[in-house]
Amino acid sequence: MATVSMRVNGKAVSADVEPATLLAELLREKLGLTGTHVGCDTSQCGACVVHVGGKSVKSCTMLAVEADGAEVKTIEGLAENGQLHPVQEAFREHHGLQCGFCTPGMIMSAVDLLARTSDPSEREIRDWLEGNLCRCTGYHNIVKAVQAAARAGRE
Amino acid sequence: MANQGIGASVKRKEDLRFITGRGRYTDDISVPGQLHAHVVRSPYAHAAITAIDTSEAKNAPGVVAVFTGADMAADNVGSLPCGWLIHSKDGSPMVEPPYPPLVADRAKHVGDNVALVIAETRQQAAQAGQLVAENIEYDELPAIVSTAGAAADGAPQVHSEAANNTCYDWELGDKAATDAAFASAHHVTTLDVVQNRLVPNAIEPRACLAEYDPATGDYTLHLTSQNPHVIRLLMSAFVLGIPEHKLRIVAPDVGGGFGSKIFPYAEEAMLLWAAGKLGRAIKWTAERSESFMTDRHGRDHVTRVELALAKDGAFVGLRVATIANLGAYLSAFGSSIPTYLYGTLLAGCYTTPAVYVEVRAVFTNTAPVDAYRGAGRPEAAFLLERVVDVAAREMGIDPVEIRRKNFIPEDAFPYQTPVALEYDSGNYHATLDLALEKSDYAGFETRRDAARQRGKLRGIGVSTYVEACGIAPSSVAGALGARAGLYESAQVRVHPTGSVTVYTGSHSHGQGHETTFAQLVHESLGVPVDQVEVVHGDTSKVAFGMGTYGSRSLAVGGVALHNALQKVIAKGKKIAAHMLEASDADIEFAENSFAVTGTDRSMAFADIAFAAYVPHNFPHDQLEPGLDETAFYDPKNFTFPAGCHVVEVEIDPDTGAVEVVNVTVSDDVGRVINPMIVDGQIHGGLAQGIGQALFEDCQYDPESGQLLTGSYMNYTMPRAADLPFYNVGNHVTLCRHNALGVKGVGEVGSIGVPPAVINAIVDALAHLGVTHIDMPATPERVWRAIRDAQAAKA
Ligand code: FES
Ligand code: FES
Repeated sequence: MATVSMRVNGKAVSADVEPATLLAELLREKLGLTGTHVGCDTSQCGACVVHVGGKSVKSCTMLAVEADGAEVKTIEGLAENGQLHPVQEAFREHHGLQCGFCTPGMIMSAVDLLARTSDPSEREIRDWLEGNLCRCTGYHNIVKAVQAAARAGRE
Repeated sequence: MANQGIGASVKRKEDLRFITGRGRYTDDISVPGQLHAHVVRSPYAHAAITAIDTSEAKNAPGVVAVFTGADMAADNVGSLPCGWLIHSKDGSPMVEPPYPPLVADRAKHVGDNVALVIAETRQQAAQAGQLVAENIEYDELPAIVSTAGAAADGAPQVHSEAANNTCYDWELGDKAATDAAFASAHHVTTLDVVQNRLVPNAIEPRACLAEYDPATGDYTLHLTSQNPHVIRLLMSAFVLGIPEHKLRIVAPDVGGGFGSKIFPYAEEAMLLWAAGKLGRAIKWTAERSESFMTDRHGRDHVTRVELALAKDGAFVGLRVATIANLGAYLSAFGSSIPTYLYGTLLAGCYTTPAVYVEVRAVFTNTAPVDAYRGAGRPEAAFLLERVVDVAAREMGIDPVEIRRKNFIPEDAFPYQTPVALEYDSGNYHATLDLALEKSDYAGFETRRDAARQRGKLRGIGVSTYVEACGIAPSSVAGALGARAGLYESAQVRVHPTGSVTVYTGSHSHGQGHETTFAQLVHESLGVPVDQVEVVHGDTSKVAFGMGTYGSRSLAVGGVALHNALQKVIAKGKKIAAHMLEASDADIEFAENSFAVTGTDRSMAFADIAFAAYVPHNFPHDQLEPGLDETAFYDPKNFTFPAGCHVVEVEIDPDTGAVEVVNVTVSDDVGRVINPMIVDGQIHGGLAQGIGQALFEDCQYDPESGQLLTGSYMNYTMPRAADLPFYNVGNHVTLCRHNALGVKGVGEVGSIGVPPAVINAIVDALAHLGVTHIDMPATPERVWRAIRDAQAAKA
């Protein structure tokens, strides 16, 4: 067992974990943050994307101990002061989700994209989302939502 | 208030919880003291289990129990049942080998369930599972995975009771009339088609959490299911014998299904049974690799299709011979998919007078095959829409014109096909015209030329499909062998203050019922959608239901809801008549208020609701208190969505890479309740259809039977970068036999688009001599087709 400490969604947390515990497991099972999902075992689906140090990472691919001391943000921490993040708003407004299972990872991934580039092209959005699988939406409305969020961010 | 009723794109009520990470999926639910299960799976496609030593695992840290097939057999746990009885040509019933949740002596596919380990933590269960796996002795046996080869003499036998691995040899249609049509035909087009095996891949893996309370004898199972009541019935009546009233099944938020979460699965039976034995809660969640091995797969046919034509291009006969792979066991609806959901659709949109289809269904050492988005209808549409295109090319007729010539005309509905179905409505010319216009079909050659300048081969493909959904009519389904009724239920509970809770037997796992069904309530009662709660997925709350599959939620469950709402209005009128001292017949209900005809006396809906629960002066011999109505709806017929899909592709001749550059569809899905949601359903179906056409292919090693595509590393899922925006339109004809005029939309995308994609690819390559290409049209396959065609020409 190792003790890890980090800030998750702005709150200091610490937990005892096995060395092999994944960040996704820590979040879901020890911290009860079940908005971060696990959809695969080969680091392909992106349902588990969270931000570590402000950048999107697949939390199924990072050990909890690697995140020791880091600033972690999950989908539960994205809305601030009861205000949805513009990307969350855009997913709802543009029907960018159906079953909702890929959605937390999609949103966290898209937020990182828009932090890096405020005006991505359709191609850039599609290429950026390469690591996020959605089986429901055919991606059409996800891409539309990201475009709309980018527009809103520039206004 | 903005319009919230039929036709309004109301934003989804369910979204807030999903976009904030507060959805509650099965794996998110935990109970104190829960144990964790790990399933030890067969590493072989076919093997006799000669010994299992579980002693080491039982002593491993944290292990609570290890169970084998012998333990379940000793408790008389039943076989997972099949819900549809098919008869062979000779009248004999299909062969139904047992499907034990845990196998005792023989494993029949890679991933078959051999032992169940239960421990305090998931890691401990997995570690002990490894110890069990190391202590199982197998005798590996020859395996058969080939669909085409399974029935051959000398092929390895999956079940001793199924000679030549044949489950049934079924037929539909008039053979003599069809043969006669071929004998006198001007032209016959023959095509051999492979329908690639697909893995459904809902992004949420299957999971379940079983609880047992020894004090009350109550069982609760949370699971990833599209139809919890059916699971309860089957577990209760056939598998475990738990009294139905002591078994509660909850399907909470479910992360996609696409058919794969319809069926009872072995893990669910094992966990319920083990929870009862141990008196503790147990949880299991599939790893994605387990999903690939053990979720029900889809498609997997090999077919020869022949189309007979008259000189002018009229279709005079269609003959189809299919071998359908059922996998190692008969899954719940596995037998019905390649028969009554496939053969019955082979008339397509056309007036072909004689159709004959025969289907041999075979067992192989592969994962069981069952319904996957479209379920039988994509297979039918692909055959037809490919053979029609090939015939058009062979006869030098324009592919659009040959379709038009053979369409069932608009004034011919209701139309009885030669393969059992009666289509109630449609307008195939209208959907075709709309798609051609929206896709600028007429301007295509300019785009082809422009592509050629860029070194790309551009092609265009059309498909015009019809499908059957709103899976129901119990009487028809029963006559065809269904062992279940296929109606739906809805309960409308009006609360004293006028808000409403709907209890529906349909289940939403992405379709947005919480919004669409609330819109139906608004349409009938005038109650705002935010004052309507839609409850689904819990057998302790919803009286009964048949669940969601076959695009049936709105066409069956929605109509049940509509009928229950009319009962609420009727009861409300009685209450209003009493309160307003008028006769029932003089009460009108409109715009959220009950009024006495021709007067200004009226009462708002909420006041009537309140009166219903505060009935101080009701004449109780004539008027019961309360405002709570239930309807069960069993439709008269299937519904028949149809449409036209147009696809354009560009191919790089050097690499064979195919880019889908244009997807234009025009579908007739009947009346649209929420256009935003309907379009979303079409988008998702299109992506899966394009996935089948270009990317997805589940492969087993032909010798060893090992699953070669067992993860996202080697099973190609469509990604955002592989797909374009879709140009979606619709032309509505109303369903004639349900009160809402709705047909169903969940599957049309995956049914219509695969043949359009392949038709487009063949169109791009036809000048090189390519006449057909099998799905998925991977770059390698396309490149080889180009090379082979060139070699043949040289
Ligand atoms: S769970 Fe699939 S990438 Fe992390
Ligand atoms: S919304 Fe279901 S997987 Fe994306």
